[in-house]
Amino acid sequence: MGLGTFKRGIHPADDGKDISKDYPIKKIKTGGEYVFPMSQHIGAPAQPIVNVGDYVKVGQKIGESTGFISAVVVSSVSGKVKAIEDRMTVSGNKVKSIVIDNDEEYNAVDGFGQDRDYTKLSNEEIRNIVKEAGIVGMGGAGFPTHVKLTPKNEDEITHIIINGAECEPYLTSDYRIMLEEPERIIGGIKVVLQMFPKAEAIIGIEVNKQDAIEKLQAMVENEERISVMPLKVKYPQGAERQLVYATTHKEINSTMLPADAGCIVNNIDTIVAVYMAVCKTTPLIRRIITVTGDAINNPCNIEARTGMKYMDLINEAGGFKCKPEKVVSGGPMMGMALFTLDIPVVKTSSAILSMTKDEVALNEPTACIRCGRCVDACPSKLIPQKMYQYSNNIDDESFEHINGMECYECGCCTYVCPAKLRLTQAFKLTRRRIMDNRRKK
Amino acid sequence: MNEMYNVSTSPHMLCNRSTKTIMRDVVIGLLPATFFGIYNFGIRALVIILACVASAVLSEYLFQKGMHKKITVGDYSAIITGLLLALNLPVSLPIWMAVLGSVFAIIVVKQLFGGLGQNFMNPALGARCFLVISFAGRMTSFAVEKTGSIINGRMAVDGVSGATPLTALKAGESVDVMKMFIGTTGGTIGETSALAILIGGLYLVIRKVISPKIPCIYIGTVAVFTAIYSACSQNGFDFNFVLAHICGGGLMLGAVFMATDYVTCPITPMGKVVFALLLGIFTSIFRLFGGSAEGVSYAIIFCNLLVPLIEKVTIPTAFGKGGNNNGSR
Repeated sequence: MGLGTFKRGIHPADDGKDISKDYPIKKIKTGGEYVFPMSQHIGAPAQPIVNVGDYVKVGQKIGESTGFISAVVVSSVSGKVKAIEDRMTVSGNKVKSIVIDNDEEYNAVDGFGQDRDYTKLSNEEIRNIVKEAGIVGMGGAGFPTHVKLTPKNEDEITHIIINGAECEPYLTSDYRIMLEEPERIIGGIKVVLQMFPKAEAIIGIEVNKQDAIEKLQAMVENEERISVMPLKVKYPQGAERQLVYATTHKEINSTMLPADAGCIVNNIDTIVAVYMAVCKTTPLIRRIITVTGDAINNPCNIEARTGMKYMDLINEAGGFKCKPEKVVSGGPMMGMALFTLDIPVVKTSSAILSMTKDEVALNEPTACIRCGRCVDACPSKLIPQKMYQYSNNIDDESFEHINGMECYECGCCTYVCPAKLRLTQAFKLTRRRIMDNRRKK
Repeated sequence: MNEMYNVSTSPHMLCNRSTKTIMRDVVIGLLPATFFGIYNFGIRALVIILACVASAVLSEYLFQKGMHKKITVGDYSAIITGLLLALNLPVSLPIWMAVLGSVFAIIVVKQLFGGLGQNFMNPALGARCFLVISFAGRMTSFAVEKTGSIINGRMAVDGVSGATPLTALKAGESVDVMKMFIGTTGGTIGETSALAILIGGLYLVIRKVISPKIPCIYIGTVAVFTAIYSACSQNGFDFNFVLAHICGGGLMLGAVFMATDYVTCPITPMGKVVFALLLGIFTSIFRLFGGSAEGVSYAIIFCNLLVPLIEKVTIPTAFGKGGNNNGSR
């Protein structure tokens, strides 16, 4: 069977998806304060355009984008602006945020939720709607979607790739969307296809989500320009570069955009957001979040509003069985460990994973035995063993020479390392340092 | 902020395999050859094996203790070094020489260069070569077969000694390839039985501890090289000659257990191929044109020294950095 895939990568022994995959998306409403960080995307932070004391409505723009690569921020609730101050975010940094007291009335702006016929819209209008809706890549990176939809080589876009791989263990939110909202996915794809008349759309889905594949396959049966491609179950199948390779056999590196290979890649939740913004006049104010892990009482998939507190989501999931040792925002391979749950849901939040055991803390690093497992696992064809040496020696020149900057920190090398070395950690540090130095020049 | 959770960078899950489980698998992989050696050469082989393993572990422990380093004898790596060395020694070797070799392997080749993962050549082979140079006669006198009377060491030392199949081959005599495959011939304790080594190697391949790449290319290269040599010789091509070279001497043991040593073989995929090819070429040259009948250990430690160079020229092209599928126009 010709499944789409890439070379190398890993097969995590336990994908943890069974914990939450059969729970339908639950819509929740919570009161209290909602926090909207001005930087929840790649690029320039947004600028607050409301003042303390202002009354804002659902769908109202509260943060204006400040450059081409930037994104607006939209309120998901109605209520008074309580404060504009620095608040803790997922990354552990304090970021300027607008804090809104939810009055639980959910008064929306005019026209909110109205149907709109996308076929009457020009590309420019669609881009503007996407931009004003504050849509960013919801797979994790948070790259502004209107920028993705504005490639330099508009005529050369041949593939719209929809990322339904969901290769991170434990995550099931995209899976639930595919099962429960497939018409929105198809609707979003049609909008993008209208923008790029020469392109065809491919929905890549790992075969461990067979029912999602069948459902979408049935829906695109009569769609000439949309197809579903089953993908091998392998991490990181859903990484942009790997997914482009799996679906089109084109390789892109860190200095290129998918558009350079004629591709535009969008995550499942992102394409739904595009549909909602364009066809339903609903900006990005929701996010499907998997609340899972062995420390959670009732694992589930939640439709959260942006700005909600992580703690409220945990409470919606029945709270903790016992005190977790580690709580991760996102999946176990690339997610960020949280030291507090007093942080808001942002556009790029995808899961809250609570673990009773911290495997990293349990495994002391030992000496590298040069076994080469990291080399066999690296999807970017790098030599993590040497990169680690250079990282430790702070030899940035050699690190770059062996293409260390091609690393996108997927964590495969660290996962397979029998010496339990913190390879990815070292690479993150070195890569940040090199990028900082480049900026200084 | 009343409760704090553990924080670390991603990934937050790790696989079950550790250095210790890998090393334990290698020990298990060496057991068939070990048991066959004891069966073939008698109880004295067991004594040598135990002496080597015990002295390797003890010297590592004492060194780390003396240097106030973390004691890592529990990771099985010293056991492997001791065991591998023992399997590379003739059964008639005086025990103190075997122990000296073991101490040399651990202290000089391994620990002085930084311990596990830092040694520039295979410790067991380094020690073997040290012993060959120091005690050439003792290291090249091989017991041919087990006799009931060889129970204590002295008897064996003075007892039956004779030629290995490769020495016989070099002298132009014919050899029994089937016997060599099974292993009831002369040689070092662990090298005689190709069958036992292959069983152990198969275990390691199934357990994904080693890849068959290096052993296959290494042995394949020797086969091709000896076949060409044989075809060019006066008597014409002799298939038996090729088989004898594959099954004889330390080739099997070296190819499966020492050329695949993680620490001393290249880490780059292409480097492994180059390394294995060079091993095959050097082994064949040493065997066919050298003074001694054997060439595996010198070939391996020589190529070990080339590893940094091989790695330097075989760094792979990163994903998307070239090739036909590159998306850039």
